[in-house]
Amino acid sequence: MKHYQSKMNPSLAVFRGLKHAGIDFAASVPCVNLQQLLTTVGEDPGIIHVPVTREEEGVGVCAGAWMGGKKPALLMQNSGLGNSINALASLDLLYEIPLLMIISHRGCEGEPIVGQVPMGRLTPGLLDAMQIPRFSPAPVQAEETVAKAWSLAAAERKPVAVLLDLQFWRDA
Amino acid sequence: MKRIEAIALAAKAAQGQNALLVCNIGFPSRELYAVKDRSENFYMLGSMGLASSIGLGLALARPDRKVIVLDGDGAVLMNLGTLATIAHHAPENYLLIILDNGCYGSTGSQPTCTHQGTDLAALAAAAGVRQVKAAHDPEDFALALSGRGVVLAKVEPGNADVPIIDLSPEEIIERFMRSFPPAPPS
Repeated sequence: MKHYQSKMNPSLAVFRGLKHAGIDFAASVPCVNLQQLLTTVGEDPGIIHVPVTREEEGVGVCAGAWMGGKKPALLMQNSGLGNSINALASLDLLYEIPLLMIISHRGCEGEPIVGQVPMGRLTPGLLDAMQIPRFSPAPVQAEETVAKAWSLAAAERKPVAVLLDLQFWRDA
Repeated sequence: MKRIEAIALAAKAAQGQNALLVCNIGFPSRELYAVKDRSENFYMLGSMGLASSIGLGLALARPDRKVIVLDGDGAVLMNLGTLATIAHHAPENYLLIILDNGCYGSTGSQPTCTHQGTDLAALAAAAGVRQVKAAHDPEDFALALSGRGVVLAKVEPGNADVPIIDLSPEEIIERFMRSFPPAPPS
């Protein structure tokens, strides 16, 4: 039996990054790969967690929270990026509102569900077209990268994405 | 009741309650700007449908301040899930006002489904919002503005002859955020 204890739990690494960054507000739409992170975020008394019905709604909730003094993160699958494009552009980019997006990136190498593939392929290009910075750390760098991604979002007052593909979540 | 009359009543209530006021895109924001501009008004210039969501995030972040949202039937129909989220997460300091004129008033008054009978107050109640009030006249509406939850008021279609908002997005948000001091430490 392989011994995994020396490896970083990917969900825990992301969570530590959120805490390291001072994230105190999160909106979310689930992905199977986010389940452990969502449970941990939901149980943290220092984070207000709002499960929303659609990712675009989460962009709005997070924008309001930031105006109210919070440091917001949106936890979602990359399919939800497609649901959020107009809000990211005509709310966050227009008013210069920062947002940390933790995105489970489906539809890439190893994806078993064919329906995930088109958005999976398009996701990096959509972020690039919107000039939204994106990072894809390995689990061992995830804590630091997530924290830095928020710092960048706050400094440049814009959304920043952390894209975490199937391999990332498999590295448990 | 004309929409601009409802907006004037809501603006007066917001001022009286020292509330933050988030306003839907298009003519509603222009009408609010014309009848009662305050630094505590956040005027949306894009992201149609998200006024109620922006207000929800703000109300959760600032439980010490009343947050009032001025929204429309077309915008709420575009983000119906917001009613379910509000039902389960909106704090006591949150009030969503839906001014229902039965049409997309800023784009040529094309009818919305509320024109055919879709009842947004019933939808809010069915979503689980416990405090839902349908206001039928200006007095009724003014009374409901001190409450929480969702208030629906039918208003006449049509826009007032008001100018565009001569503030940049940066000016709107900077002014808005400066208008209320940081939250007291919890």
